[in-house]
Amino acid sequence: MKIVLKNIEKQGYKGDLESYLKEGGYQALKKAVSSSSEEIISEIKSSKLVGRGGAAFPTGLKWESAQKSKEFPKYVVCNADEGEPGTFKDRLILEKDPHLIIEAMAICGFSIGAEEGFVYLRGEYFKGYEILKRAVQEAEEKNFLGKNILGSKFSFKIDLYRGAGAYVCGEETALLDSLEGRKGQSRVKPPFPTFVGFKTKPTVLNNVETFANIPAIILKGGEWFSKIGCPDSPGTKLYCLSGDINKPGVYELPTSIALKELLERYGGGIRGKLKAVLPGGVSSNLLTDKELNVALNYPSLQKAGSMLGSGAVIVINNSHCIVDLAKRCAEFFDYESCGKCTPCREGTKRAREILVSITKGEGDLSDLELLKELQEVLYDTSRCGLGQAALNAVRSAIEKFPVEFEEHISKKKCRLGICPI
Amino acid sequence: MITLIIDNQKVEVPEGTTIFEAAKKVNINIPHLCYHEALSIYGACRVCVVEIEKRPRLEPSCATLVEEGMVVRTNTARVRRARRMLVELLLANHPEDCFTCERNQICELRKLAYDLGIRELRFKKGRKYHYEQDISSPAIIRDPNKCIQCGRCIRVCSEIQSVGVIDFVNRGGKTQVLTFFNKGLNNVECTTCGQCILACPTGALREKTVVDEVWEAISDPKKFVVVQTAPAVRAAIGEEFAMPAGSLVTGKMAAALRRLGFDKVFDTQFGADLTIMEEAHELIERIKNKGVLPMITSCSPGWIKYIEHFFPKCLEHISSCKSPQQMFGAIAKTYYAKKIGVKPKDIYVVSIMPCTAKKFEAQRPEMRDSGVQDVDAVLTTREAARMIKEAGVDFINLEDEDFDEPLGISTGAAVIFGATGGVMEAALRTAYEIVTGKTLERVEFEQVRGMQGIKQAEINLEGFNPVRSNSEATSGSPAGTPNGVNLKVAVAHGLSNARILLEEIQKGTSPYHFIEIMACPGGCLGGGGQPMPTNEEIRKKRAASLYLEDRNKPIRKSHQNPAIIALYEEFLGKPLSEKSHHLLHTTYTKRERY
Repeated sequence: MKIVLKNIEKQGYKGDLESYLKEGGYQALKKAVSSSSEEIISEIKSSKLVGRGGAAFPTGLKWESAQKSKEFPKYVVCNADEGEPGTFKDRLILEKDPHLIIEAMAICGFSIGAEEGFVYLRGEYFKGYEILKRAVQEAEEKNFLGKNILGSKFSFKIDLYRGAGAYVCGEETALLDSLEGRKGQSRVKPPFPTFVGFKTKPTVLNNVETFANIPAIILKGGEWFSKIGCPDSPGTKLYCLSGDINKPGVYELPTSIALKELLERYGGGIRGKLKAVLPGGVSSNLLTDKELNVALNYPSLQKAGSMLGSGAVIVINNSHCIVDLAKRCAEFFDYESCGKCTPCREGTKRAREILVSITKGEGDLSDLELLKELQEVLYDTSRCGLGQAALNAVRSAIEKFPVEFEEHISKKKCRLGICPI
Repeated sequence: MITLIIDNQKVEVPEGTTIFEAAKKVNINIPHLCYHEALSIYGACRVCVVEIEKRPRLEPSCATLVEEGMVVRTNTARVRRARRMLVELLLANHPEDCFTCERNQICELRKLAYDLGIRELRFKKGRKYHYEQDISSPAIIRDPNKCIQCGRCIRVCSEIQSVGVIDFVNRGGKTQVLTFFNKGLNNVECTTCGQCILACPTGALREKTVVDEVWEAISDPKKFVVVQTAPAVRAAIGEEFAMPAGSLVTGKMAAALRRLGFDKVFDTQFGADLTIMEEAHELIERIKNKGVLPMITSCSPGWIKYIEHFFPKCLEHISSCKSPQQMFGAIAKTYYAKKIGVKPKDIYVVSIMPCTAKKFEAQRPEMRDSGVQDVDAVLTTREAARMIKEAGVDFINLEDEDFDEPLGISTGAAVIFGATGGVMEAALRTAYEIVTGKTLERVEFEQVRGMQGIKQAEINLEGFNPVRSNSEATSGSPAGTPNGVNLKVAVAHGLSNARILLEEIQKGTSPYHFIEIMACPGGCLGGGGQPMPTNEEIRKKRAASLYLEDRNKPIRKSHQNPAIIALYEEFLGKPLSEKSHHLLHTTYTKRERY
């Protein structure tokens, strides 16, 4: 079952307008502009599609909330600031099938009453930027964007904006601040962007992958979509498989797929002996080989004490030191914290220092309790998802691999010889 | 109205209230750092977090609005643990030099750490910061090492003062509060008003102190050291000695300063009366001679620097009068020096000011009309109190003493210079009598008093008919009526209010003839050099004391000050005379934007 990668996985598909049209491209937009915004939003709602960026907010509700607002102008923003380590799915869509995103954003614009959209691209996505820029031009030339699209009264344009290399700008309100030309820092929520978004106007922000599902839902109906995969969180998901796996890559699979099946059937098995999996990137809790039967969807992984995030499945074999891994995760968040709120700015810094000291054999057993407490306080008090999830991986590493930590601290020994003790 | 439960108590508050405010209704002051009552909500320190039923995480009470039926707990084990951890994290990044810190006694971070029961620092000091201090400004020192990034200074600078010379720079643990391209406060539009110091919870911002220079001058037998104290100091310095806010301590202050060893204890209020003489006459001259109107007061050096940077095209609206501090300095080193037979260079003039910008003003190159620097050292109210403490003077139990003559003699009009609207009121008392030739029976101009951001009034100057006829009156000039001129005046305090009046002038829509502007909220009594805390409530108390002192003064009009009359007779001639122009008036400079 392919929805998002339907075109991309076809032999010889070039991703330009001609080939997109050949595969039925812009039919959904055509259908959309001849129906009402309520009809479209009702289809999206019945599809039970949730956001694919990590927060899993119901897309239909988001659109409906913006559509109901009487404030104008409204905006559509595509979050293409794909910065989570181990995530590379949005890039694939942007580079190989850019018209899918353009079409979906236009449908969103039509249904909420917006005439302007932005794609906020990760700064390093040079190639994606060029391809998307060309695609927007093509769409403008053929009136899939611009004034009176396809003979309707609906006008819509898309501007591209490139980020400056801050992970936090993947957080929707920090993204908006950055898009407005300010330093990217999360805003106080509520109000949510659907009420007060870009330039204080109602704004729908969706992830690239979320948008990529829209045309199919419009054409085939919400009910069709809701029957795919796990009933609680239906559809397909793009899983970015990386690390110690034989066949790394992006896999589109129904949300009912078990982690074990992804690793063995699609990923071609583990390279070496499995130690742990980060199912949702460095923000998620580690899973061990005893937990591989979990289905890779938002509710199931939450129940299993982890999270799907953006779908960055990172496989770790037993050649890696878990303390070193925890240290690297903490380093990442220390580096990427925007610095606005105390817990994230100071907490990630201290977590990193403590973990560095443990890797040097200078740790203390009480450090582990302090790290656990730090994780709880960061989860409880940080302003945005970055800080709230920053120490998830560290915490789960300590809980699931206590012996390795204790060896580093008490015996001053890294059994794999990785840490500089 | 919204009903919610806070710590098992039912609270009813209007929609749009935050949990933080609602909690105050049941006498709970939720611990906080980045929250500031006069500023926008920032929600970043997270110290004010509370537990809300059915919410997965703790929420910042300052940034969370109440909802019907909400159940809030402000003091659970989870909340206490989070608050302690957050403050511990701030301490882990903070220099451990409380002993020698300016804020030793009044640091909000230190107090919070104590109140929350933090008795151990669990985070080892891994990363120490050795940021350079910004000492470029003549008035304010910034120590980034002590900054906890609450953003209060940034918000007061942009929101209250509409200056905006500092902001957050860099990311994560490297975040700092800096000036534009780290040029230093002296090299950007900083007005040196010092409101950032009052807003800062720690020792990251402080005045550039000159206490040691003053001690040195006092102990130098060759120097004749005179001190002048601004009106607003007498209504505030008592707070430094644990007296109630706004205690009026004029007599104790004069006594204490004498104990410190000053040769003469004088009063800036003498300078204030003199300012009124010159300024009232300048206003009348401008009206008569079609000068530039509205005329704007020039007593507040933060305000002067602000207009020089932001509205240089409006500089001709500013009165050419020096401020009372500088008029005093110029007279002390000429008239008074001659009177006592001391050379100007041997007189050392110390000012005690509620203000940090006065430090900047004293160093302006224009302020050397006596041939040497007119005012040698400027102390804030806080620095003066520290000297009194250092000398072991038992301030509270001192008997009242008077100022020395003649530069210590002043009127009620001068006292109220310390409150917003006071200069306007004092000027009106004098201008009215000069132009109408009648006695002003009711001297209180209530319309220009109080804490409203911009106040306006219209005063009829009975019988005052400037030379020109009505038809000649151009926009901006008061129209003569058969009953005399109707003078339209406005008073603004806080530079964001000043900006509103300035924008009107720039657009040519300003209806006023005379405007008083003070840089700081509440006027000088809310100045950046005043005791901490300084807030709305305290500002009102200080103002009440100044108006009380005015009421109790036997003379309440500047032009009736006998020492001022003598000064004109013996030395200056008349207001706006050549000598006055040389010593008491100044010019202004266009400054850059960055």
